[in-house]
Amino acid sequence: MIRAEHISKSFDGREVLKDISAVFEPGKTNLIIGKSGSGKTVFLKRLVGLLDVDEGKIFYNDVLFNGLDFKAKKEIRKEMGMLFQGSALFDSMTVEENVMFPLEMFTNMSGEEKRDRVNFCLERVDIINSNHLFPSELSGGMKKRVAIARAIALKPRFLFCDEPNSGLDPKTSIVIDDLIREITVELNMTTIVNTHDMNSVMENGEKIIFIEEGEKCWEGNRDEILKSDCKLLNEFVFANALAKQLKDSLK
Amino acid sequence: MFRFLSGFGSYWMLLGRVFARPEKHSIYYKQTLKEFVSLGLRSIGIVTIISFFMGAVITLQTAYNTENPIYPTYLIGLGARDSILLEFSSTIVALILAGKVGSNIASEIGTMRVTEQIDALELMGVNSASYIILPKVVATVLFNPFLTLISIVTGIGGGWIAGTAAGVVTSEDYIYGIQYAFIPYYITYALIKTVIFAFIITTVSAHQGYYVDGGSLEVGRASTYTVVYSSVTILLFNVILTQLLLS
Repeated sequence: MIRAEHISKSFDGREVLKDISAVFEPGKTNLIIGKSGSGKTVFLKRLVGLLDVDEGKIFYNDVLFNGLDFKAKKEIRKEMGMLFQGSALFDSMTVEENVMFPLEMFTNMSGEEKRDRVNFCLERVDIINSNHLFPSELSGGMKKRVAIARAIALKPRFLFCDEPNSGLDPKTSIVIDDLIREITVELNMTTIVNTHDMNSVMENGEKIIFIEEGEKCWEGNRDEILKSDCKLLNEFVFANALAKQLKDSLK
Repeated sequence: MFRFLSGFGSYWMLLGRVFARPEKHSIYYKQTLKEFVSLGLRSIGIVTIISFFMGAVITLQTAYNTENPIYPTYLIGLGARDSILLEFSSTIVALILAGKVGSNIASEIGTMRVTEQIDALELMGVNSASYIILPKVVATVLFNPFLTLISIVTGIGGGWIAGTAAGVVTSEDYIYGIQYAFIPYYITYALIKTVIFAFIITTVSAHQGYYVDGGSLEVGRASTYTVVYSSVTILLFNVILTQLLLS
């Protein structure tokens, strides 16, 4: 479980996160939604400690994360996996080397054990016979899947995904969404996904937090989102013509 | 002024992280071997070509500027040797490498920054500064002295070929000149400068790349600043080291 309490963050005097509190539960896909520039990525990077917090506390299973020293943080970080918006695969490494990297860095597994684990992770994300390709030789969807394989290589307890569907076609987006949901349940991870993709919201939204201009405006799940009275949320959810028609038909 | 001090401070803080205890020595060892190839072996070509022609030009210029019956012609070999040893093979080659290797390091690390690869390392709990930069520093500091030795040999060889081909000096006089009043300490002096310049090139360019903020435009800008800052720093340290080592 991850608990954020009263998180605030400013850049050059501009407040980008305003007193956000939230609880993210294990075994669930927790979504953070909001339009571009609303502060979702800053909040996510804050949760994982890539950005310092101005005010507030972050707890990983009741351990105060932002109060820890580098060494103690490192131990928690070994239990984290993250899928970055642009995949963030290491350009100079092959697919196999990318997935093997955390295993080489943090385990004492034998070469064969590492290869078995890499192949298992790659098969789990449906990447076959591509071990020796470089990231530049992969499609956007494949890159995301390899990044997921790398993120789950150490069997993390916490998975973070920043815009996992950005730049992908709707069909590939569904594949990625399904994959994230399935591995969350399989590994009983606390998964947090940043997205503004409404299909992801309706597929994976077991718990949803809506952020607007750095403030948490709404919290609920995919069943509640369509019936919400929150004006800002409605403007966001029913922004496109198809969604507007859906809302009208629900009325 | 504030920007300079802030940059200076962040440079030393970055060095503190670079020289922290490595997480896993075997991985750093593999990375260092890769950097030997990428930053060292792949620089041999350019160093050899430039040194050959610079050696040739130095010899011809020395010959044309000492065209006087008072001066014995073996002084051409001596002049070329000392110019190459004292200044060219350490300082000028370092300036050339600041362009080639420095911009390569800044753009590579800068691209890693803007594509979130550095964030990915940090998130895993890896000391990204040490993992990325330390192998480069070790590789250049250990390999660049070999580049300097290659440059010295090629430069003197280029001078011999050009001098004899142009007929400004005989082969015997040139060879006598390069052996005449030879001070072995000059080689030590050149190698000490090379090691320090290699450290400057790698750390200054890594610092520029590591703190890139933005996109491809900023990566390009960092690459340009790298060449400017490392060249100026090399020239500054050239004066300091010359005073310290030759006085």
